[in-house]
Amino acid sequence: MTSRTPDLAAPAVCVEHLTVVRGRTRAVDDVSFELDSGTLVGLLGPSGCGKTTLMRSLVGTQVVSSGIITLLGETAGSPGLRDRVGYVAQVPSVYGDLTVRENLSYFATILGAPSDAVERVLADVDLDHHAGSIVERLSGGERARVSLATALLGSPSLLVLDEPTVGLDPLLRRSLWSLFHRLAASGTTLLVSSHVMDEAERCERLLLMRDGRILADTSPEGLLSSTVTEDFESAFVALIEGEAPGTGDGVLGDGEGRP
Amino acid sequence: MSWRRTRATAGRVLRQLRHDPRTVALLVAVPAVLMGLLAWILHGRDHDFDTFGPQLLGIFPLIVMFLVTSVATLRERTGGTLERLLTMPMGKADFVFGYAVAFGLAAIIQALVVSGLCFGPYGMAVRGEAWLVVVVAVLDALLGTALGLSVSALATTEFQAVQFMPAFILPQLLLCGIIVPRTELPSVLHWISYLLPMSYAVDATQQLSTHAAVSNQFVVDVIIVAGFLVASLALGATTLRRRTP
Repeated sequence: MTSRTPDLAAPAVCVEHLTVVRGRTRAVDDVSFELDSGTLVGLLGPSGCGKTTLMRSLVGTQVVSSGIITLLGETAGSPGLRDRVGYVAQVPSVYGDLTVRENLSYFATILGAPSDAVERVLADVDLDHHAGSIVERLSGGERARVSLATALLGSPSLLVLDEPTVGLDPLLRRSLWSLFHRLAASGTTLLVSSHVMDEAERCERLLLMRDGRILADTSPEGLLSSTVTEDFESAFVALIEGEAPGTGDGVLGDGEGRP
Repeated sequence: MSWRRTRATAGRVLRQLRHDPRTVALLVAVPAVLMGLLAWILHGRDHDFDTFGPQLLGIFPLIVMFLVTSVATLRERTGGTLERLLTMPMGKADFVFGYAVAFGLAAIIQALVVSGLCFGPYGMAVRGEAWLVVVVAVLDALLGTALGLSVSALATTEFQAVQFMPAFILPQLLLCGIIVPRTELPSVLHWISYLLPMSYAVDATQQLSTHAAVSNQFVVDVIIVAGFLVASLALGATTLRRRTP
Protein backbone atom coordinates (compact mmCIF):
# COMPACT_ATOMS: atom_id res chain seq x y z
CA MET A 1 0.00 0.00 0.00
CA THR A 2 1.18 3.49 -0.71
CA SER A 3 -0.89 5.24 1.95
CA ARG A 4 0.63 8.51 3.06
CA THR A 5 1.67 9.00 6.65
CA PRO A 6 -1.23 10.71 8.39
CA ASP A 7 -0.55 13.68 10.60
CA LEU A 8 -1.26 11.97 13.91
CA ALA A 9 -1.22 15.21 15.89
CA ALA A 10 -4.28 16.63 14.13
CA PRO A 11 -7.67 14.91 13.88
CA ALA A 12 -8.40 13.55 10.40
CA VAL A 13 -11.75 15.31 10.32
CA CYS A 14 -12.81 18.37 12.26
CA VAL A 15 -16.30 19.77 11.73
CA GLU A 16 -17.33 22.93 13.61
CA HIS A 17 -20.89 24.21 13.62
CA LEU A 18 -21.69 22.99 10.13
CA THR A 19 -25.08 24.09 8.80
CA VAL A 20 -26.37 23.33 5.32
CA VAL A 21 -29.68 24.78 4.17
CA ARG A 22 -31.21 23.16 1.12
CA GLY A 23 -34.31 24.94 -0.08
CA ARG A 24 -36.38 25.52 3.07
CA THR A 25 -34.83 22.64 4.97
CA ARG A 26 -31.87 22.61 7.34
CA ALA A 27 -30.38 19.40 5.96
CA VAL A 28 -27.47 19.69 8.39
CA ASP A 29 -28.12 21.72 11.51
CA ASP A 30 -25.18 23.01 13.56
CA VAL A 31 -23.18 19.80 13.54
CA SER A 32 -19.76 19.54 15.20
CA PHE A 33 -17.49 16.50 15.64
CA GLU A 34 -13.92 15.31 15.28
CA LEU A 35 -12.60 12.01 13.92
CA ASP A 36 -9.19 10.61 14.84
CA SER A 37 -6.90 9.19 12.21
CA GLY A 38 -7.24 5.48 11.54
CA THR A 39 -10.71 5.05 12.99
CA LEU A 40 -13.73 3.39 11.43
CA VAL A 41 -16.74 5.56 12.15
CA GLY A 42 -20.33 4.75 11.33
CA LEU A 43 -22.73 7.53 10.42
CA LEU A 44 -26.15 6.07 11.09
CA GLY A 45 -29.60 7.43 10.73
CA PRO A 46 -32.80 7.04 8.76
CA SER A 47 -33.10 7.96 5.10
CA GLY A 48 -33.31 11.73 4.63
CA CYS A 49 -31.68 12.62 7.95
CA GLY A 50 -28.83 14.54 6.31
CA LYS A 51 -26.14 11.85 6.08
CA THR A 52 -25.52 12.38 2.39
CA THR A 53 -25.50 16.18 2.69
CA LEU A 54 -23.01 15.95 5.55
CA MET A 55 -20.78 13.63 3.52
CA ARG A 56 -20.98 15.81 0.43
CA SER A 57 -19.99 18.80 2.59
CA LEU A 58 -16.91 16.89 3.77
CA VAL A 59 -15.73 16.07 0.26
CA GLY A 60 -16.38 19.60 -0.93
CA THR A 61 -19.21 19.06 -3.42
CA GLN A 62 -21.90 20.65 -1.27
CA VAL A 63 -22.48 24.40 -0.94
CA VAL A 64 -22.52 24.89 2.84
CA SER A 65 -24.31 27.72 4.64
CA SER A 66 -21.95 28.10 7.59
CA GLY A 67 -19.35 26.26 9.62
CA ILE A 68 -15.76 25.14 9.24
CA ILE A 69 -14.64 21.73 7.97
CA THR A 70 -10.98 20.75 8.19
CA LEU A 71 -9.77 17.46 6.71
CA LEU A 72 -6.20 16.23 7.18
CA GLY A 73 -5.22 19.76 8.14
CA GLU A 74 -6.76 21.46 5.10
CA THR A 75 -10.08 23.17 4.47
CA ALA A 76 -12.64 20.83 2.88
CA GLY A 77 -12.74 21.14 -0.90
CA SER A 78 -9.21 22.53 -1.24
CA PRO A 79 -7.22 21.22 -4.22
CA GLY A 80 -4.59 19.58 -1.98
CA LEU A 81 -7.22 17.12 -0.71
CA ARG A 82 -8.40 15.84 -4.07
CA ASP A 83 -6.03 12.87 -4.13
CA ARG A 84 -6.13 12.26 -0.35
CA VAL A 85 -9.89 11.93 0.16
CA GLY A 86 -11.89 9.17 -1.47
CA TYR A 87 -15.66 9.53 -1.82
CA VAL A 88 -18.26 6.99 -2.84
CA ALA A 89 -21.70 8.42 -3.49
CA GLN A 90 -24.82 6.41 -2.81
CA VAL A 91 -25.54 6.01 -6.53
CA PRO A 92 -22.69 4.12 -8.23
CA SER A 93 -20.85 6.89 -10.07
CA VAL A 94 -19.06 5.00 -12.80
CA TYR A 95 -19.52 4.77 -16.55
CA GLY A 96 -22.15 2.14 -17.31
CA ASP A 97 -21.08 1.75 -20.92
CA LEU A 98 -17.45 0.88 -20.11
CA THR A 99 -16.00 -2.31 -18.67
CA VAL A 100 -15.01 -2.48 -15.01
CA ARG A 101 -11.32 -2.37 -15.92
CA GLU A 102 -11.78 0.55 -18.36
CA ASN A 103 -13.53 2.51 -15.62
CA LEU A 104 -10.82 1.82 -13.06
CA SER A 105 -7.96 2.54 -15.48
CA TYR A 106 -9.47 5.88 -16.40
CA PHE A 107 -9.99 6.99 -12.80
CA ALA A 108 -6.51 5.66 -11.89
CA THR A 109 -4.99 7.92 -14.55
CA ILE A 110 -6.95 10.91 -13.27
CA LEU A 111 -5.76 10.17 -9.71
CA GLY A 112 -2.20 9.48 -10.82
CA ALA A 113 -2.40 6.09 -9.08
CA PRO A 114 0.37 3.53 -9.64
CA SER A 115 -0.13 0.99 -12.43
CA ASP A 116 -0.82 -1.94 -10.08
CA ALA A 117 -3.65 -0.05 -8.33
CA VAL A 118 -6.36 -1.42 -10.66
CA GLU A 119 -5.54 -5.06 -9.90
CA ARG A 120 -5.24 -4.32 -6.20
CA VAL A 121 -8.68 -2.72 -5.88
CA LEU A 122 -10.29 -5.39 -8.08
CA ALA A 123 -9.08 -7.95 -5.53
CA ASP A 124 -10.12 -5.74 -2.59
CA VAL A 125 -13.76 -5.67 -3.68
CA ASP A 126 -13.72 -9.21 -5.09
CA LEU A 127 -14.43 -8.24 -8.69
CA ASP A 128 -11.43 -9.89 -10.40
CA HIS A 129 -13.72 -12.12 -12.39
CA HIS A 130 -15.82 -9.26 -13.69
CA ALA A 131 -12.97 -7.00 -14.81
CA GLY A 132 -13.94 -7.36 -18.46
CA SER A 133 -17.69 -6.95 -17.97
CA ILE A 134 -19.62 -3.89 -19.06
CA VAL A 135 -20.72 -2.15 -15.84
CA GLU A 136 -24.33 -1.71 -17.02
CA ARG A 137 -24.75 -5.48 -17.24
CA LEU A 138 -23.64 -6.07 -13.65
CA SER A 139 -26.00 -6.35 -10.71
CA GLY A 140 -26.66 -3.36 -8.47
CA GLY A 141 -24.35 -4.70 -5.77
CA GLU A 142 -21.55 -5.34 -8.24
CA ARG A 143 -21.92 -1.83 -9.64
CA ALA A 144 -21.71 -0.42 -6.11
CA ARG A 145 -18.46 -2.34 -5.64
CA VAL A 146 -17.00 -0.90 -8.86
CA SER A 147 -17.79 2.53 -7.46
CA LEU A 148 -16.15 1.60 -4.14
CA ALA A 149 -13.09 0.21 -5.93
CA THR A 150 -12.71 3.54 -7.75
CA ALA A 151 -12.40 5.36 -4.43
CA LEU A 152 -9.71 2.93 -3.24
CA LEU A 153 -7.49 3.51 -6.30
CA GLY A 154 -5.57 6.45 -4.91
CA SER A 155 -5.01 4.88 -1.44
CA PRO A 156 -6.65 7.90 0.20
CA SER A 157 -6.02 8.85 3.84
CA LEU A 158 -9.72 9.53 4.36
CA LEU A 159 -12.58 7.53 2.86
CA VAL A 160 -16.12 8.87 2.90
CA LEU A 161 -18.49 6.06 1.94
CA ASP A 162 -22.20 6.71 1.50
CA GLU A 163 -24.12 3.47 2.12
CA PRO A 164 -21.48 1.21 0.52
CA THR A 165 -23.07 -2.04 1.68
CA VAL A 166 -26.69 -1.46 0.64
CA GLY A 167 -28.19 -4.39 -1.21
CA LEU A 168 -25.20 -6.67 -0.77
CA ASP A 169 -25.51 -10.27 0.35
CA PRO A 170 -24.43 -10.92 3.97
CA LEU A 171 -21.19 -12.69 3.03
CA LEU A 172 -20.09 -9.87 0.80
CA ARG A 173 -21.10 -7.32 3.39
CA ARG A 174 -18.96 -9.08 5.95
CA SER A 175 -15.99 -9.14 3.58
CA LEU A 176 -16.34 -5.41 2.84
CA TRP A 177 -16.48 -4.59 6.55
CA SER A 178 -13.33 -6.60 7.12
CA LEU A 179 -11.74 -4.62 4.26
CA PHE A 180 -12.79 -1.41 6.03
CA HIS A 181 -11.20 -2.67 9.26
CA ARG A 182 -7.97 -3.56 7.43
CA LEU A 183 -7.88 -0.06 5.89
CA ALA A 184 -8.47 1.54 9.31
CA ALA A 185 -5.71 -0.59 10.81
CA SER A 186 -3.33 0.69 8.14
CA GLY A 187 -4.08 4.28 9.15
CA THR A 188 -6.98 5.21 6.85
CA THR A 189 -9.84 7.10 8.45
CA LEU A 190 -13.26 5.87 7.30
CA LEU A 191 -16.64 7.48 7.65
CA VAL A 192 -19.26 4.95 6.54
CA SER A 193 -22.95 5.76 6.42
CA SER A 194 -25.82 3.34 6.68
CA HIS A 195 -29.52 3.41 7.41
CA VAL A 196 -29.34 -0.16 8.67
CA MET A 197 -28.86 0.17 12.42
CA ASP A 198 -27.40 -3.33 12.75
CA GLU A 199 -24.29 -2.17 10.95
CA ALA A 200 -23.47 -0.13 14.06
CA GLU A 201 -21.84 -3.12 15.72
CA ARG A 202 -19.17 -3.24 13.02
CA CYS A 203 -17.94 0.30 13.73
CA GLU A 204 -15.48 1.54 16.33
CA ARG A 205 -17.42 4.69 16.83
CA LEU A 206 -20.93 5.87 15.97
CA LEU A 207 -22.46 9.14 14.95
CA LEU A 208 -26.23 8.85 15.09
CA MET A 209 -28.04 11.38 13.03
CA ARG A 210 -31.64 12.50 12.79
CA ASP A 211 -33.25 15.59 11.23
CA GLY A 212 -29.89 17.12 10.40
CA ARG A 213 -28.47 16.85 13.91
CA ILE A 214 -26.11 14.45 15.66
CA LEU A 215 -28.20 12.65 18.32
CA ALA A 216 -25.31 10.72 19.79
CA ASP A 217 -21.57 10.43 19.37
CA THR A 218 -20.60 7.20 21.08
CA SER A 219 -19.25 3.67 20.73
CA PRO A 220 -21.49 0.67 19.92
CA GLU A 221 -21.12 -0.63 23.49
CA GLY A 222 -21.69 2.83 24.92
CA LEU A 223 -24.88 3.22 22.91
CA LEU A 224 -26.35 -0.07 24.14
CA SER A 225 -25.41 0.53 27.77
CA SER A 226 -26.57 4.14 27.90
CA THR A 227 -29.95 3.28 26.39
CA VAL A 228 -30.26 0.01 28.31
CA THR A 229 -31.17 -1.88 25.12
CA GLU A 230 -29.94 -5.06 23.49
CA ASP A 231 -30.06 -4.16 19.82
CA PHE A 232 -29.22 -1.03 17.87
CA GLU A 233 -32.68 -0.58 16.40
CA SER A 234 -34.19 -0.27 19.91
CA ALA A 235 -31.27 1.87 21.04
CA PHE A 236 -31.99 4.35 18.27
CA VAL A 237 -35.69 4.45 19.13
CA ALA A 238 -34.84 4.93 22.81
CA LEU A 239 -32.55 7.82 21.89
CA ILE A 240 -35.26 9.56 19.88
CA GLU A 241 -37.89 9.06 22.58
CA GLY A 242 -35.43 10.31 25.17
CA GLU A 243 -35.01 13.59 23.30
CA ALA A 244 -36.74 16.72 24.60
CA PRO A 245 -40.30 17.17 23.31
CA GLY A 246 -40.75 19.27 20.18
CA THR A 247 -38.21 17.41 18.11
CA GLY A 248 -38.85 19.23 14.88
CA ASP A 249 -38.85 18.17 11.29
CA GLY A 250 -35.80 20.25 10.52
CA VAL A 251 -37.70 23.09 8.86
CA LEU A 252 -36.14 26.56 9.07
CA GLY A 253 -37.13 28.53 12.13
CA ASP A 254 -37.67 25.40 14.16
CA GLY A 255 -34.19 25.33 15.61
CA GLU A 256 -35.03 26.64 19.07
CA GLY A 257 -35.57 24.94 22.39
CA ARG A 258 -33.68 21.80 21.55
CA PRO A 259 -31.17 20.21 23.92
CA MET B 1 -4.79 21.76 -17.06
CA SER B 2 -2.90 18.52 -17.60
CA TRP B 3 -2.34 16.83 -20.94
CA ARG B 4 -2.32 13.39 -19.23
CA ARG B 5 -5.83 13.91 -17.82
CA THR B 6 -7.15 15.52 -21.00
CA ARG B 7 -5.84 12.62 -23.06
CA ALA B 8 -7.22 10.06 -20.61
CA THR B 9 -10.63 11.75 -20.78
CA ALA B 10 -10.60 11.85 -24.59
CA GLY B 11 -9.60 8.17 -24.63
CA ARG B 12 -12.39 7.31 -22.22
CA VAL B 13 -15.02 9.12 -24.32
CA LEU B 14 -13.77 7.36 -27.47
CA ARG B 15 -13.91 4.01 -25.63
CA GLN B 16 -17.53 4.76 -24.69
CA LEU B 17 -18.25 5.46 -28.37
CA ARG B 18 -16.55 2.19 -29.33
CA HIS B 19 -18.91 0.29 -27.04
CA ASP B 20 -21.82 2.00 -28.80
CA PRO B 21 -21.26 1.36 -32.52
CA ARG B 22 -24.80 2.36 -33.40
CA THR B 23 -24.18 5.92 -32.21
CA VAL B 24 -20.99 6.09 -34.27
CA ALA B 25 -22.91 4.80 -37.31
CA LEU B 26 -25.61 7.43 -36.77
CA LEU B 27 -23.01 10.20 -36.36
CA VAL B 28 -21.77 9.49 -39.87
CA ALA B 29 -24.93 8.18 -41.52
CA VAL B 30 -27.34 10.96 -40.52
CA PRO B 31 -25.46 13.85 -42.19
CA ALA B 32 -24.51 11.55 -45.09
CA VAL B 33 -28.15 10.66 -45.78
CA LEU B 34 -29.31 14.26 -45.27
CA MET B 35 -26.77 15.55 -47.77
CA GLY B 36 -27.82 12.82 -50.22
CA LEU B 37 -31.44 13.88 -49.75
CA LEU B 38 -30.50 17.51 -50.40
CA ALA B 39 -28.59 16.55 -53.54
CA TRP B 40 -31.64 14.63 -54.74
CA ILE B 41 -34.07 17.48 -53.96
CA LEU B 42 -31.92 19.97 -55.86
CA HIS B 43 -31.13 17.54 -58.69
CA GLY B 44 -31.37 19.24 -62.09
CA ARG B 45 -31.74 22.73 -60.65
CA ASP B 46 -28.64 24.35 -62.13
CA HIS B 47 -26.00 24.84 -59.46
CA ASP B 48 -28.29 24.93 -56.44
CA PHE B 49 -26.57 21.95 -54.76
CA ASP B 50 -23.22 23.66 -55.32
CA THR B 51 -24.61 26.69 -53.45
CA PHE B 52 -26.56 25.04 -50.60
CA GLY B 53 -24.51 21.84 -50.30
CA PRO B 54 -21.34 23.35 -48.81
CA GLN B 55 -23.38 25.53 -46.42
CA LEU B 56 -25.37 22.63 -45.02
CA LEU B 57 -22.28 20.42 -45.00
CA GLY B 58 -21.15 22.60 -42.09
CA ILE B 59 -24.51 22.90 -40.38
CA PHE B 60 -25.67 19.28 -40.16
CA PRO B 61 -22.54 18.13 -38.25
CA LEU B 62 -22.85 21.18 -35.98
CA ILE B 63 -26.41 20.20 -35.01
CA VAL B 64 -25.57 16.50 -34.57
CA MET B 65 -22.53 17.21 -32.40
CA PHE B 66 -24.41 19.80 -30.35
CA LEU B 67 -27.05 17.22 -29.45
CA VAL B 68 -24.62 14.38 -28.78
CA THR B 69 -22.44 16.55 -26.55
CA SER B 70 -25.27 18.03 -24.52
CA VAL B 71 -26.68 14.57 -23.83
CA ALA B 72 -23.23 13.17 -22.98
CA THR B 73 -22.48 15.99 -20.53
CA LEU B 74 -25.91 15.77 -18.96
CA ARG B 75 -25.34 12.04 -18.47
CA GLU B 76 -22.11 12.80 -16.62
CA ARG B 77 -24.01 15.21 -14.40
CA THR B 78 -26.99 13.03 -13.58
CA GLY B 79 -24.90 9.84 -13.29
CA GLY B 80 -22.64 11.42 -10.68
CA THR B 81 -19.46 10.77 -12.66
CA LEU B 82 -18.84 14.49 -13.21
CA GLU B 83 -19.17 15.13 -9.47
CA ARG B 84 -16.81 12.26 -8.75
CA LEU B 85 -14.25 13.54 -11.26
CA LEU B 86 -14.40 17.00 -9.73
CA THR B 87 -13.64 15.58 -6.26
CA MET B 88 -10.50 14.13 -7.86
CA PRO B 89 -7.47 16.09 -9.10
CA MET B 90 -9.29 16.78 -12.37
CA GLY B 91 -9.14 20.22 -13.97
CA LYS B 92 -12.37 21.59 -15.39
CA ALA B 93 -10.46 22.35 -18.59
CA ASP B 94 -9.22 18.72 -18.70
CA PHE B 95 -12.82 17.58 -18.79
CA VAL B 96 -13.99 20.05 -21.45
CA PHE B 97 -10.96 19.68 -23.71
CA GLY B 98 -11.04 15.90 -23.30
CA TYR B 99 -14.54 15.91 -24.78
CA ALA B 100 -13.47 18.38 -27.48
CA VAL B 101 -10.54 16.15 -28.53
CA ALA B 102 -12.67 12.97 -28.60
CA PHE B 103 -15.60 14.49 -30.48
CA GLY B 104 -13.14 16.41 -32.67
CA LEU B 105 -11.72 13.08 -33.85
CA ALA B 106 -15.26 11.80 -34.44
CA ALA B 107 -15.99 15.04 -36.34
CA ILE B 108 -12.98 14.53 -38.62
CA ILE B 109 -14.18 11.05 -39.59
CA GLN B 110 -17.71 12.37 -40.06
CA ALA B 111 -16.55 15.31 -42.21
CA LEU B 112 -14.27 13.13 -44.34
CA VAL B 113 -16.99 10.59 -45.11
CA VAL B 114 -19.76 13.11 -45.72
CA SER B 115 -17.70 15.47 -47.89
CA GLY B 116 -16.25 12.49 -49.75
CA LEU B 117 -19.83 11.53 -50.66
CA CYS B 118 -20.74 15.12 -51.56
CA PHE B 119 -17.76 15.72 -53.83
CA GLY B 120 -18.00 12.19 -55.25
CA PRO B 121 -21.36 10.50 -55.91
CA TYR B 122 -23.52 13.50 -54.98
CA GLY B 123 -21.63 15.63 -57.52
CA MET B 124 -21.04 18.79 -55.49
CA ALA B 125 -18.51 21.27 -56.88
CA VAL B 126 -16.92 24.38 -55.38
CA ARG B 127 -14.64 26.97 -57.01
CA GLY B 128 -12.26 26.99 -54.03
CA GLU B 129 -10.26 24.16 -52.50
CA ALA B 130 -12.37 21.11 -51.56
CA TRP B 131 -10.16 20.25 -48.56
CA LEU B 132 -10.93 23.63 -47.04
CA VAL B 133 -14.62 22.67 -47.09
CA VAL B 134 -13.66 19.63 -45.00
CA VAL B 135 -11.71 21.86 -42.62
CA VAL B 136 -14.71 24.16 -42.17
CA ALA B 137 -17.03 21.15 -41.65
CA VAL B 138 -14.73 19.84 -38.88
CA LEU B 139 -14.53 23.29 -37.32
CA ASP B 140 -18.34 23.56 -37.37
CA ALA B 141 -18.74 20.12 -35.77
CA LEU B 142 -16.29 21.17 -33.07
CA LEU B 143 -18.23 24.38 -32.60
CA GLY B 144 -21.35 22.24 -32.11
CA THR B 145 -19.49 20.24 -29.44
CA ALA B 146 -18.26 23.39 -27.72
CA LEU B 147 -21.71 25.02 -27.74
CA GLY B 148 -23.21 21.78 -26.43
CA LEU B 149 -20.69 21.69 -23.58
CA SER B 150 -21.32 25.26 -22.49
CA VAL B 151 -25.10 25.14 -22.88
CA SER B 152 -25.62 21.78 -21.17
CA ALA B 153 -24.69 23.39 -17.86
CA LEU B 154 -28.03 25.18 -18.04
CA ALA B 155 -30.02 21.97 -18.42
CA THR B 156 -31.03 19.94 -15.41
CA THR B 157 -33.11 17.32 -17.22
CA GLU B 158 -32.94 15.45 -20.52
CA PHE B 159 -36.12 17.20 -21.69
CA GLN B 160 -34.48 20.58 -21.25
CA ALA B 161 -31.23 19.51 -22.89
CA VAL B 162 -32.98 18.31 -26.03
CA GLN B 163 -34.93 21.56 -26.30
CA PHE B 164 -31.76 23.62 -26.20
CA MET B 165 -31.16 22.46 -29.76
CA PRO B 166 -34.17 24.33 -31.20
CA ALA B 167 -33.57 27.17 -28.72
CA PHE B 168 -29.91 27.79 -29.54
CA ILE B 169 -29.42 26.38 -33.02
CA LEU B 170 -32.62 27.04 -35.01
CA PRO B 171 -32.56 30.85 -34.58
CA GLN B 172 -29.01 30.80 -35.93
CA LEU B 173 -30.18 28.67 -38.84
CA LEU B 174 -32.86 31.25 -39.68
CA LEU B 175 -30.45 34.18 -39.47
CA CYS B 176 -27.27 32.71 -40.95
CA GLY B 177 -28.05 33.64 -44.54
CA ILE B 178 -29.26 30.34 -45.97
CA ILE B 179 -32.93 31.28 -46.13
CA VAL B 180 -32.54 35.00 -46.81
CA PRO B 181 -29.12 36.55 -47.54
CA ARG B 182 -28.01 38.33 -44.37
CA THR B 183 -27.73 41.70 -46.14
CA GLU B 184 -31.43 41.49 -47.03
CA LEU B 185 -32.56 40.82 -43.45
CA PRO B 186 -34.38 43.59 -41.54
CA SER B 187 -31.60 45.76 -40.12
CA VAL B 188 -32.04 44.68 -36.47
CA LEU B 189 -31.86 41.01 -37.46
CA HIS B 190 -28.90 41.75 -39.72
CA TRP B 191 -27.02 43.17 -36.75
CA ILE B 192 -28.01 40.24 -34.54
CA SER B 193 -26.70 37.86 -37.19
CA TYR B 194 -23.22 39.33 -36.66
CA LEU B 195 -23.29 37.99 -33.09
CA LEU B 196 -24.06 34.40 -34.08
CA PRO B 197 -21.28 31.93 -34.87
CA MET B 198 -23.26 30.06 -37.53
CA SER B 199 -23.35 33.20 -39.72
CA TYR B 200 -19.56 33.02 -40.09
CA ALA B 201 -19.55 29.24 -40.51
CA VAL B 202 -21.98 29.54 -43.43
CA ASP B 203 -20.22 32.56 -44.92
CA ALA B 204 -16.91 30.67 -44.90
CA THR B 205 -18.36 27.90 -47.08
CA GLN B 206 -20.03 30.49 -49.32
CA GLN B 207 -16.62 32.07 -49.86
CA LEU B 208 -15.26 28.67 -50.90
CA SER B 209 -18.19 28.12 -53.27
CA THR B 210 -17.73 31.42 -55.06
CA HIS B 211 -13.99 32.19 -54.93
CA ALA B 212 -11.29 30.10 -56.57
CA ALA B 213 -8.57 31.59 -54.37
CA VAL B 214 -8.70 31.86 -50.59
CA SER B 215 -10.42 35.18 -49.92
CA ASN B 216 -9.61 37.49 -47.03
CA GLN B 217 -13.21 37.18 -45.91
CA PHE B 218 -12.78 33.39 -45.68
CA VAL B 219 -9.77 33.80 -43.41
CA VAL B 220 -11.67 36.27 -41.22
CA ASP B 221 -14.68 33.90 -41.06
CA VAL B 222 -12.53 30.94 -40.02
CA ILE B 223 -10.74 32.98 -37.35
CA ILE B 224 -14.09 34.15 -35.93
CA VAL B 225 -15.52 30.60 -35.89
CA ALA B 226 -12.35 29.40 -34.15
CA GLY B 227 -12.72 32.28 -31.69
CA PHE B 228 -16.31 31.27 -30.87
CA LEU B 229 -15.08 27.68 -30.51
CA VAL B 230 -12.38 28.58 -27.97
CA ALA B 231 -14.69 31.00 -26.13
CA SER B 232 -17.48 28.46 -25.71
CA LEU B 233 -15.01 25.78 -24.56
CA ALA B 234 -13.72 28.24 -21.96
CA LEU B 235 -17.30 29.08 -21.00
CA GLY B 236 -18.06 25.34 -20.78
CA ALA B 237 -15.16 24.93 -18.34
CA THR B 238 -16.29 27.84 -16.16
CA THR B 239 -19.88 26.63 -15.94
CA LEU B 240 -18.73 23.37 -14.30
CA ARG B 241 -19.24 23.64 -10.57
CA ARG B 242 -17.35 21.61 -8.01
CA ARG B 243 -19.85 22.58 -5.34
CA THR B 244 -23.59 22.34 -5.95
CA PRO B 245 -26.49 23.36 -3.68
